[in-house]
Amino acid sequence: MKNSGWKWVLSKGHSSIDKELRLLDAFQKADPRNFHAWNYRRFVAALMKRPDEDELKYTEEVIGANFSNYSAWHNRSILLSNLLKRKAEGYFPKENVLEGEFELVHNAIFTDPDDQSGWFYHLWLIDQTVKIDAPLLVSSWPSHGFNITLQGNKCLHGSGLCVLNSTLPNTGTLPIILYFNQAVEGVNSSTVNVKSELLSGDLVWKPLSTNNSNNAQVWVAYLDIRNLEVQLSKTYVVEISLGHSKGIVSSSGYDYGHPSRVTFELCIQTAYTEPVEQQEGKSNSWKDDDFQKFDHLQESDPICSADQVTSEIDHIPTTSGRCEEAVVNEINQFRDLLSEIDCKIGKLTLARLLTAVDSLPSPRANNMVNTEEILQLYDDLMRLDPTHYLYYKDEHSLVLLRQITSSRDSILPYCHYKKTAIEAFAGYVCLRLQNLSLSRMGSIENLLWVQTLDLSHNQLRSIEGLEAMQLLSCLNLSHNKLGSFTALGPLRLLKSLKVLNISYNEIGSHSIDTRRYLCSSPLSHTEEFAWDQFEIFADSIGISAATFWEPFLIFQSLNLTELDTKGNPVADENFRSFLVKVLPTLKWLDEEDLS
Amino acid sequence: MVNCRCLTKVVCGFDFAILLHFAFLAASFLLRLVVMVTVCNVSFMAMFTFKMGELVTDKHVKYILSVEKRKDDFESVVMEHLRMNGAYWGLTALDLMGKLDVVDVNEVVSWVMSCQHDSGGFGGNVGHDPHILYTLSAVQVLALFDKMDLIDADKVTNYIVGLQNEDGSFSGDMWGEVDTRFSYIAICCLSIIHRLDKINVEKAVKYIISCKNMDGGFGCTPGGESHAGQIFCCVGALALTGSLDLVNKDLLGWWLCERQVKSGGLNGRPEKLPDVCYSWWVLSSLIMIDRVHWISREKLIKFILDCQDKEKGGISDRPDDAVDVFHTYFGVAGLSLLEYPGLKPIDPAYALPVDVVNRIFFKK
Repeated sequence: MKNSGWKWVLSKGHSSIDKELRLLDAFQKADPRNFHAWNYRRFVAALMKRPDEDELKYTEEVIGANFSNYSAWHNRSILLSNLLKRKAEGYFPKENVLEGEFELVHNAIFTDPDDQSGWFYHLWLIDQTVKIDAPLLVSSWPSHGFNITLQGNKCLHGSGLCVLNSTLPNTGTLPIILYFNQAVEGVNSSTVNVKSELLSGDLVWKPLSTNNSNNAQVWVAYLDIRNLEVQLSKTYVVEISLGHSKGIVSSSGYDYGHPSRVTFELCIQTAYTEPVEQQEGKSNSWKDDDFQKFDHLQESDPICSADQVTSEIDHIPTTSGRCEEAVVNEINQFRDLLSEIDCKIGKLTLARLLTAVDSLPSPRANNMVNTEEILQLYDDLMRLDPTHYLYYKDEHSLVLLRQITSSRDSILPYCHYKKTAIEAFAGYVCLRLQNLSLSRMGSIENLLWVQTLDLSHNQLRSIEGLEAMQLLSCLNLSHNKLGSFTALGPLRLLKSLKVLNISYNEIGSHSIDTRRYLCSSPLSHTEEFAWDQFEIFADSIGISAATFWEPFLIFQSLNLTELDTKGNPVADENFRSFLVKVLPTLKWLDEEDLS
Repeated sequence: MVNCRCLTKVVCGFDFAILLHFAFLAASFLLRLVVMVTVCNVSFMAMFTFKMGELVTDKHVKYILSVEKRKDDFESVVMEHLRMNGAYWGLTALDLMGKLDVVDVNEVVSWVMSCQHDSGGFGGNVGHDPHILYTLSAVQVLALFDKMDLIDADKVTNYIVGLQNEDGSFSGDMWGEVDTRFSYIAICCLSIIHRLDKINVEKAVKYIISCKNMDGGFGCTPGGESHAGQIFCCVGALALTGSLDLVNKDLLGWWLCERQVKSGGLNGRPEKLPDVCYSWWVLSSLIMIDRVHWISREKLIKFILDCQDKEKGGISDRPDDAVDVFHTYFGVAGLSLLEYPGLKPIDPAYALPVDVVNRIFFKK
């Protein structure tokens, strides 16, 4: 039964619209999941200009007859979206409408928790309740209120010393990172106003997108301090304001929410000088023995966490009390359900609701109160539904990271400094997150300050989101589950990365690459293959583009001084000679001195 | 190609004159094949038979070749118009099993070219009207045989460009049916012949996004219910145009991973029966958005292997049903995506073996 045939019949006047609708009613009673019929119904309804409200009533009838009708729930979501968006009479405020919808879908879920028909509609309702349509700034680096002192090519915070390991010495630039709650486009010098005596011209804002898109959740600009005619020891204020003029827009078409301002201070004590080539005797160590925990954090320590103020906002958005009320009501409903039936959808929905409550932007002092319960729910789900074990594990990792990065107290146990630092200072902070069973990264918005990161001995299959960590210079990913070169895609955007350990992963053991289309490449038309540069290596070591394009794409854009690849099936002699050729700045490969 | 009706049989018929020649070739090849396959597969199979059951590769090869011989029964006649799709399914499955060389390249290629029209589009069979569905299959078959130089890229491009509508959508043919399947087909086909820039990619992407639903999935037209086949087409098109950042991977990933039912098989949408063809559509979508670890690979492998006819060869939609080339291809392609040993890897977006895709993009 082809849609186009029916439409042709109607358009030729071989049937009346009313008759078609009656025919459809009969057909749909006989076959309620037939999507051709639903498509045709949409076509007929549009032709006769049938109001969305009437069609909504129809879906309610269908659901009333049998709630196990995903097609009806789907159509309901389309109609309701339209009515809510245009704030139709009787469909505003949305909270009233959503309340009724929750009641409706409870019938479906509570009657038969194993029937999936209502699951996705319910999740959509939660999203409609808590979502913030407008893009907003979630975090930045430097953070609001930060105090940075530059001494030559070193950077200090307040009275503590923090060396910007490679960003400053090697590039002479300071990154300014803006992290939004969703992907946006239109971040440029007219939509983001940066005011400072330090600036001579406009800053150029770049989207941090792994597939070369001009739409990104994180944007960066570089403040060049090399040729500044500055007054030494003077404190310069840098003020970044956004949302004062239109232009920053989300992919769904919403404009940046509220005018906001991020202000930080910069003081230059000694002029920037080109760094002297340092002869370091040994390669970077990641061993436990070489690190010491901080036993407390000072105000001046360059560590950020979620509980800090993001920016000055002219009008602080708080979620309506009704939103929180609705979520809490749902939590109670699902606790009731679970007291009667130990079901998967009950536990999963409860975990999601508790997570939503913890993430609500309310002025309450204690966020993250539900973390223990949420983690327990995911543990239960891993046992209850082993088929989807790794889905629950990923969610578990996200919740854990959210908790760890939520406050200075919670992140303290993971902050270390090197006992044998090159120079005698309190040292830089290394964030050590090993052995946490992390299968996925998250909360990167709280990790923009990190320069040295140890993620070894976890179960990471991807490092999605790491491209935002513009200060990162040393990264340990050893003993994880990275399965392809394309999984390293985010690293291409890290200008400061010098030391990388990817030993004991799974690169070369998989025939199927699951990151292939999430990394920019010729296959997705997001990048041209650099044939000229490739041929320079190809001839000397006898390799073909067909087999080496992936490592070439990744490593050619990195400027590493140290790399460890052993323990990956792909790391053979041929591969090592390729690496030496494609990374001219490399000094250490697989813990061997190359000089 | 992505018509979700389960077809019972598909015929890649050949002329009677070639039939005899082919039968003789097939017979002699088959003998060598069985010996070769047995020797090579013993080591692989020894490892896996214990745990997961066995893929009877040689039987499937035999089945696919036998289907090509049949042309006079009722089903073959009824399915004559989509022989081009059938050729793609059968030949890609053979290539994944490493047995493409049992087929006569020249016979197939000349038949494919004889299906092309002046407009540049290909029909489903000789003398049949052109349609975008068969145009893609034709180009894919020629790519399998590394005969890209036979394609008049400009001609094919003109045909496809002519099918793009104002709103960015694509029609299947001159009669105008619009469906996101055709968006995928247009984008995939033009990508293979390096002419993607000839259509309005931005509008094409915008139209696909307008078909995104509350569950993160995609339908055939705006407002259409999410369906695994359509999701594969939309995700594939977005992958090939570098637009996967517009997909909510966690939301869609959860919807897709919940297609796996108790038996280990995958269905196409909630509360429907599992079917081997979804081992391709759901699985390749999960792979493109890197969420395939959210299902149980072992259970799905077992389901697909249980759908084999171990006596006569071929794979069916679910265990103990009748087999056909359509499901044989999707079963083998699904197993390839699951890294089943002994099969060549397949690219989830181009739906062609990875070495074929590498040849298209990385050979100067």
